[in-house]
Amino acid sequence: MRKTGKQLTLLSGIVPFLFASGLAHAKSIWDFQEPVTPIAHDSMTVSVDFQRIIMVIYAVVFAIFIYSIFRHRKNSGVQPAAFTGPRTKWQWALAISPFLILIYIDYVLMGIPAFHSIVNMEDTRTAAEMVVKVTASQWKWQYEYPEEDIRFVSTIATTQEQIHNKKTKGEHYLQEVDNPLILPTNKKVRILLTSTDVIHSWWVPAFGVKRDAVPGYLREMWVNIDKPGTYRGQCAQLCGDGHSFMPIVVEAIAEPQFREWVAKKKAEGSLAETAAGKVWSRNELMVKGEEIYKRVCIACHQADGKGIPGAFPALAGSKIVNGPFLDNDDRLIKDGHLDRVMNGKPGSAMQAFKNILSDAEIAAVVTYERNSFGNRMDDMVQPSQVKALR
Amino acid sequence: MATATTTAVHDQHEHPPAGIMRWLTTTNHKDLGILYMSFGAIMFFIGGAFIVAVRAELLLPGLQLLSPGMYNQLFTLHALIMVFGAIMPFATGLNNYLIPLMIGAPDMALPRVNNWGFWILPFAATLLLTPFLLQFSGVGSGATGAGWIMHNASLDLQSGIGIDFAIFTIHLLGLSSITGAINVVVTVLNMRAPGISLMKMPLFVWAWLITAFMLILAMPVFSAAATMLLTDRHFGTHFFDAANGGDPILLQHLIWFFGHPEVYIVLLPAWGLIPHILATFSRKPVYGYRAQVYALWTICFLSFIVWSHHMLTSGLPLAAEVYFMYSTMAVSIPTSVLVFCWLGAIWRGAMTFETPMLFALGFVAHFGMGALTGLILPAVAVNAQYHNSYVIVSHFHYTFFGGGIFGMMAAAYYWLPKFTGHMFDEKLGRLHFWLTTIFFNMTFIPQWFAGLDGMPRHVADYPLKLSAANLVSSAGAFLLGLAQLLLVYIVVKCVRGGPKATGQVWEGAQGLEFTLPSPPPYHTFETPPEVK
Repeated sequence: MRKTGKQLTLLSGIVPFLFASGLAHAKSIWDFQEPVTPIAHDSMTVSVDFQRIIMVIYAVVFAIFIYSIFRHRKNSGVQPAAFTGPRTKWQWALAISPFLILIYIDYVLMGIPAFHSIVNMEDTRTAAEMVVKVTASQWKWQYEYPEEDIRFVSTIATTQEQIHNKKTKGEHYLQEVDNPLILPTNKKVRILLTSTDVIHSWWVPAFGVKRDAVPGYLREMWVNIDKPGTYRGQCAQLCGDGHSFMPIVVEAIAEPQFREWVAKKKAEGSLAETAAGKVWSRNELMVKGEEIYKRVCIACHQADGKGIPGAFPALAGSKIVNGPFLDNDDRLIKDGHLDRVMNGKPGSAMQAFKNILSDAEIAAVVTYERNSFGNRMDDMVQPSQVKALR
Repeated sequence: MATATTTAVHDQHEHPPAGIMRWLTTTNHKDLGILYMSFGAIMFFIGGAFIVAVRAELLLPGLQLLSPGMYNQLFTLHALIMVFGAIMPFATGLNNYLIPLMIGAPDMALPRVNNWGFWILPFAATLLLTPFLLQFSGVGSGATGAGWIMHNASLDLQSGIGIDFAIFTIHLLGLSSITGAINVVVTVLNMRAPGISLMKMPLFVWAWLITAFMLILAMPVFSAAATMLLTDRHFGTHFFDAANGGDPILLQHLIWFFGHPEVYIVLLPAWGLIPHILATFSRKPVYGYRAQVYALWTICFLSFIVWSHHMLTSGLPLAAEVYFMYSTMAVSIPTSVLVFCWLGAIWRGAMTFETPMLFALGFVAHFGMGALTGLILPAVAVNAQYHNSYVIVSHFHYTFFGGGIFGMMAAAYYWLPKFTGHMFDEKLGRLHFWLTTIFFNMTFIPQWFAGLDGMPRHVADYPLKLSAANLVSSAGAFLLGLAQLLLVYIVVKCVRGGPKATGQVWEGAQGLEFTLPSPPPYHTFETPPEVK
């Protein structure tokens, strides 16, 4: 019995130690990632305070518990008491007070600030200075600046080789993308969220916001970033096989740089317009197509075009890819190759890429697929055709 | 608390058929109790093996062992098996064996239904695992990988046959749970020995009566939601299909309306049996009996009105967020009444620390952590940082493992001598407790900090900065799994032999079941005992 007592002492020593060890550091393990928005600052304060409160409660209860375990033992000759509840006024007061304290903590100490934080978090519209629309789809994010008419897709930049341990992992392994979301600092940005397929969730810990992107709904939240920098997060809602590989990167830059970026992006947009007008050579389409395939299609259909049996169909040798895509009147053949790429397959992870890719990108990737992985259709799609079919 | 003054007269002339037929055809509550508990124990190890594979993948960054699809299947199956296959059947086994003994009834009220309720379970488990096994012979895309509660409706709609199998499994489990629950209600309300009024029932019986009501209320909602999903998938309805005007959030509401009470369905049986064990080894009567009964009822009520706190990031209206925050905080009040009563139970007792007592005290310590971490979660703005992160994973394992499993272990050790007639190896039991406690904390404490640092749940891979936390957690999980093999050894050894257990078993044990010899005869209390 003595031995058990010693073991219990050990336990009572270890647990508070584990919980207290973090308190010594400046950026402690009790903190969230460094907060850079009003909501994130607020959440972290509440979180750290609340953890302190529950540690105090736990320490007090655990101390009583341990005290009892040491004092009220049979082998120290105690006669067991026979009480079954509080009897005297003093005991009743002692029994009721923890609950009064708890109610105070729940509904006053933490409850009132918590109420104000919710109101603040949900106030997406007051003094909002710009809008960004986020459209989630399996396993990428599309960012849209409606006022500027800018739209692009952001996907993971970490390579399959790194994920499968064939190459060294970089510093930002799994948290790097090809096109980060660019936001200005010190501006209230209203973020609208929706999804084209399943429910996803947009989470950047440094911003203190997480909101589900739900198909059929427009959800909203807001950020006001107070410090320039690169902030990383990822999808937080189980959304299928690629859930682990759907990072979010936000680059926050000062307003003047942001304006420059907008101007540059707009110029690229008009380039794409021009690109759709010109006639492309087969080689140009193949080069561009390979680039798009590796960015957009590879996660499901794989590098060798063989897909994942049972989950994602193969493109190599596929009847759809190796079939016609336009009928005699130059209209899309239903469920033909180009139709699938442009309009997707309802109820599957294959989405309507006409909402995501430009005319030239669609033309290029379809051409690439028809002439790779052993497919030899020897034909091509011109951006102008795609434009006409939209 | 009821105490018997006479031992029942036992009718010894009826014997069960020998061999396998005894177990297949039995309607005896003790046999069925043992079947339920054995089933729960087997599933505990299957579910454990699945999560060991998951933790092995998470040991190091990068994908080493599993494809992401297989990873999703494994954690989904782990959760479904642990909740529906391990903890719930084990708790049902305890109620089957113990409720008639505790209330002086000859058997459960509906023995045939009882047999049926059990024999549904192996088929349900087989159904759940069939698509998982089929994929290895190239058929289908495997078991469901959409999370145990399948709350992403659109993902369920696009997934393969695994979901259909899971839906039928849910139907079968629902049937089994509801028959079991009705049996408990009928037995407890009609078959108590004269003198055992409701407010004299042991707390374990109370807890199970309340659990039974919760099952009867919540399970049909889960089955209905699953059926709606099934018709959406195959018969052209659009309950949840956003592309056709359906509402994916509706499924979350339906499923969490079941899912939150389910948390308490898992925990209530443990809350009911802990006071028995604490009282026995403190050699004191149960503390705050009435308070605990009222607290259990309050928790039962509250559990049905707080479900959307699982959906605080889904975009609820402001008013709903405020309501679900404050209603959820209210759960802390009755819960802390229970904790207060557990402390009251040991205070100024004459404690000894046999294995069941160690597990019961471990339960109080760990469940306390689970409950307190739960106190932070409803704060909506902060919840955005916790939700779907490893903070949540850590939190609910402190309640489900630290609470549910520690409670079931305490119960197993406490009543094992009663079931088998032999004392178990006390030394090994204590070793099992300490190993479980150490490795359990080693597994789940790092997860809390990984979550605070931004690690979402359900991911097969993670950024490099989270390596250390995951390494420790995985190592802890492997050792925790290994430590459980000790339990198998202890139980097998105890079933095979050991020092004879007395009827009383433990010095301070009270209650009708301890007035019977160990193991109790096949039929007990055929004439009701006299209880003062």
